[in-house]
Amino acid sequence: MLDARDRQLLEQIQTGLPVCPRPYAEIGTTLAMPEAEVLERLTQLKQQGLIKRMGVIVKHHQLGYRANAMIVWNVPDNLVKQLGRQISQFAFVTLCYQRPRQAEWPYNLFCMIHGKDRETVLMQLEQLKSSCDLARLDHNILFSRRCFKQRGAVYQPKNPTSLTHG
Amino acid sequence: MDDIDRHIINTLQAGFPVCDAPYQQVAMQLGLTEQALIERLQTLLDNGTLTRFGPLYHAELMGGALTLAAVKTPLDRFAEVTEIINAFPEVAHNYARNHALNMWFVIATETPEQIRHTLTAIEQKTGLAVVNMPKINEYFVGLKLEA
Repeated sequence: MLDARDRQLLEQIQTGLPVCPRPYAEIGTTLAMPEAEVLERLTQLKQQGLIKRMGVIVKHHQLGYRANAMIVWNVPDNLVKQLGRQISQFAFVTLCYQRPRQAEWPYNLFCMIHGKDRETVLMQLEQLKSSCDLARLDHNILFSRRCFKQRGAVYQPKNPTSLTHG
Repeated sequence: MDDIDRHIINTLQAGFPVCDAPYQQVAMQLGLTEQALIERLQTLLDNGTLTRFGPLYHAELMGGALTLAAVKTPLDRFAEVTEIINAFPEVAHNYARNHALNMWFVIATETPEQIRHTLTAIEQKTGLAVVNMPKINEYFVGLKLEA
């Protein structure tokens, strides 16, 4: 699906797009690739879903989002999909995943709410519960106490030559 | 950060065009000059308000893998365990949370096998059991931390 040129391109832009009037032309110059080819390849990579989106990655703390809550639910298996879709519609829900239950962890639906403060997040949780009829389900709210590390996932293209030991 | 900066951040969270003069296109939409947009964006990156401006990749489609994992860390070992876990380059985020499972982290690797290796290595180095909770399904949310 990805050819060598795509990989070069993805590697080149992963740390960020140039902030200048013709950013894609600048990327092209670095890679000896015409601007038109950069645009065409990026458009395709977006269409294929390999690039989820282009844009800014914010530090939520910097924007005053100091309360970060992971809310977990124990949802009957036959309702997970429906509730997952319902919950993810709320503007304040920033992530929503189904994950496996564990021995001492009965929860299988996870969502994140990033809020300015805990009171707001708790109010949003109440709104979620009443709108989606979730109050009867076992759930737990885990606020983060501290962020120890936050970085974006970095794409590291495989270099086939590094696999051989001459 | 003023209202114009907020407007820029909110607009660029939704996406950025792939065309020859993308800043000009966004600037027109915002009622700014291209130069003003470029200068403000550079400032927001320089002062750390924005972590990054660029692509967000779909890790699994790239052949990579992600998982969410947690450990129960004894409180008297919290600092030590934090240091061990954060030292792994595969650990992308790590948060302390108010639960018996009190340390939650995301592991991102190039291949699914490396997830397994990393989990094992973390267990060996910390002496703690790691609970692995890979996603089964993801439900779509827009990205919308309003600035």
